[in-house]
Amino acid sequence: MTGLADSASQTPALAPLSLDQALALYRRMVLIRRFEDTVQVLFQRGEVPGTTHLYSGQEAVATGVASILEPRDRVAGTYRGHGHALSLGVDPQALLDEMLGRASGLCGGRAGSMNVIDLAHGLMGCYGIVGGSIGAATGAALALKRSGGVAVAYFGEGATNQGYFHECLNFAKVHNLPALYVCENNLYGEFTPMEDVTAGRIVARAQTLELPAETIDGNDLWAVRAAAAAAVARARDGGGPQFIEALTYRFVGHSRSDPGAYRKPGELDAWRQRDPLKLTRAGILERYETADEAQLDATDADVERQIEQMIAAGLAAPYPTPGPAAEFKA
Amino acid sequence: MSTVTFREALIRAMGDALEEDERVFLFGEDVAAAGGSFKLTEGLLERFGPKRVRDTPISEQAIIGTAIGAAVMGLRPLAEIMFADFAAVCFDGIANEIPKYRYMTGGQVSMPLTIRMCNGAGGGFGAQHSQSVENWFLNVPGLKLVVPATPADAYGLLRSAIRDPDPVLFFEHKSLFNTKGELPDAPAPIPLGLAETVRHGEHVTVVATQMMRHHAMRAADELAVAGIEAEVIDPRTLVPLDYATIAASVDRTGRLVVVQECPNSGSWGATLVARLVGERLEHLDAPPALVGAPDTPIPYSGALEELWIPSVERIVEQVKRTVSY
Repeated sequence: MTGLADSASQTPALAPLSLDQALALYRRMVLIRRFEDTVQVLFQRGEVPGTTHLYSGQEAVATGVASILEPRDRVAGTYRGHGHALSLGVDPQALLDEMLGRASGLCGGRAGSMNVIDLAHGLMGCYGIVGGSIGAATGAALALKRSGGVAVAYFGEGATNQGYFHECLNFAKVHNLPALYVCENNLYGEFTPMEDVTAGRIVARAQTLELPAETIDGNDLWAVRAAAAAAVARARDGGGPQFIEALTYRFVGHSRSDPGAYRKPGELDAWRQRDPLKLTRAGILERYETADEAQLDATDADVERQIEQMIAAGLAAPYPTPGPAAEFKA
Repeated sequence: MSTVTFREALIRAMGDALEEDERVFLFGEDVAAAGGSFKLTEGLLERFGPKRVRDTPISEQAIIGTAIGAAVMGLRPLAEIMFADFAAVCFDGIANEIPKYRYMTGGQVSMPLTIRMCNGAGGGFGAQHSQSVENWFLNVPGLKLVVPATPADAYGLLRSAIRDPDPVLFFEHKSLFNTKGELPDAPAPIPLGLAETVRHGEHVTVVATQMMRHHAMRAADELAVAGIEAEVIDPRTLVPLDYATIAASVDRTGRLVVVQECPNSGSWGATLVARLVGERLEHLDAPPALVGAPDTPIPYSGALEELWIPSVERIVEQVKRTVSY
């Protein structure tokens, strides 16, 4: 049996995954993809109101980072947060029920797609305002300082043009906070190509504040794990805030109403060749002699069954009824 | 006269304003190449080019800060903050800088800029993308607040907002974009500060804006069946507020119900009621009433959001209570 990819050798602390562990991560990525496909279908059927921002194509980032985290860590996600939640082990049924606006939803139907939270799984919130996750994770890192815990913020490359980004990275650095900032660079801020609205390199913005920072292949689960393991280890060890720019791509539009007409010709196809699910399948087959296609196909089929059950249960769940006028007030 | 959507009226107003005054330029997130997140600026980049219609980074502070500087230099910025909720990200510019410029500079510099933003619930967009935040700015002297309910008003008021020598916040309700109405072939700007009495009645004055005006009109139809004739007034601008028109109506009906898509606490409706009670108590035959939203964030689930937004039924019930007081 072969070990991990070469990149992992830079991080002695990262133990190789067993085949079962690798299959479990693959399963989680498939679950995220099929969950997002399902939300899209249910949205088109009118069962999911408002808007949705799907994580399809970016699965390796959250799955890889989450595979390094411990229960004492905290994660702040974005409005494109279904993948952030599922990567942490959030109950997919409760998440789907939230999308459907049901009483059994993760937040009782009060949050919806953009604002889910599940403290029991380390998800401290998802933020509908661009950059909000950066502030929240910085505060969590302040609370976690010297505890060994680490706070992770996910955000898109567009958020690096917000005040939150610059103010909070500086704050975290001067206070030496155990924060990991993960920029998921999917090349588009809503409909606008990154290069039209972004000066310089994103990773350089963190480097100028003297955060350890690197740009990685966000579609390569092993590369994400290696970078996250190194960064989290440094942060746990009092090394202060860390920065990872994960290059990735969303296979769907920005939100439900976006057909993605702004994409460059051939770009989507090129990225589909580097679909993180495909790469993970290939990576498992390459790394583990006892792995075979049948195991991976069985995983796909198993997720498919789970999703079908979830849809049926979600659509049968009751809608919420209002609490007293002062519901959820302190 | 032609029938246009609210969206088409906005696009036409912006196009005509860009045509009329070369100092006007439009900028915001995805307003140019994509034609707007809600397709509210479609075709304008093609007509006026990237110098006048410009995409910005996701940087609300930069958008508003830039609008300030450009206005000082004599341009007429037409900035878009995609969702009105995001105005909180650039609150400093809107609350501390823009409205105070003319006053603080002793009248040397005005701030002829317009900030367009989408407000309004009803789409299931959740607590951070659904608010009607006009009240945030009500306590900041120096800002005009425009709240159109029809395509014709959207056109006419936006033209006036852009021409105005002072800063204007222009709110576009998401649930109205596809609604239709008549627009004259050569539509004129509508002055800011003029209410429209959209229905005449003798028993009660109902004041409402944007989506709530339409709810109020449906309520008025139902009330008419019950023999109650409501006068429905759409102020169209909250600042300046056409107090005279509302007061004259209340003097006749003796009864007031304000309908607003926001919590009543700290609201324009509460401010209006306070003034009417203070100045014309002797004209009132019943306590003025507010039909607003509960003091909670806007829920995501349709089942709850529907209860949060003031409904036609709630308006009908309140008017009946007020009239039978």
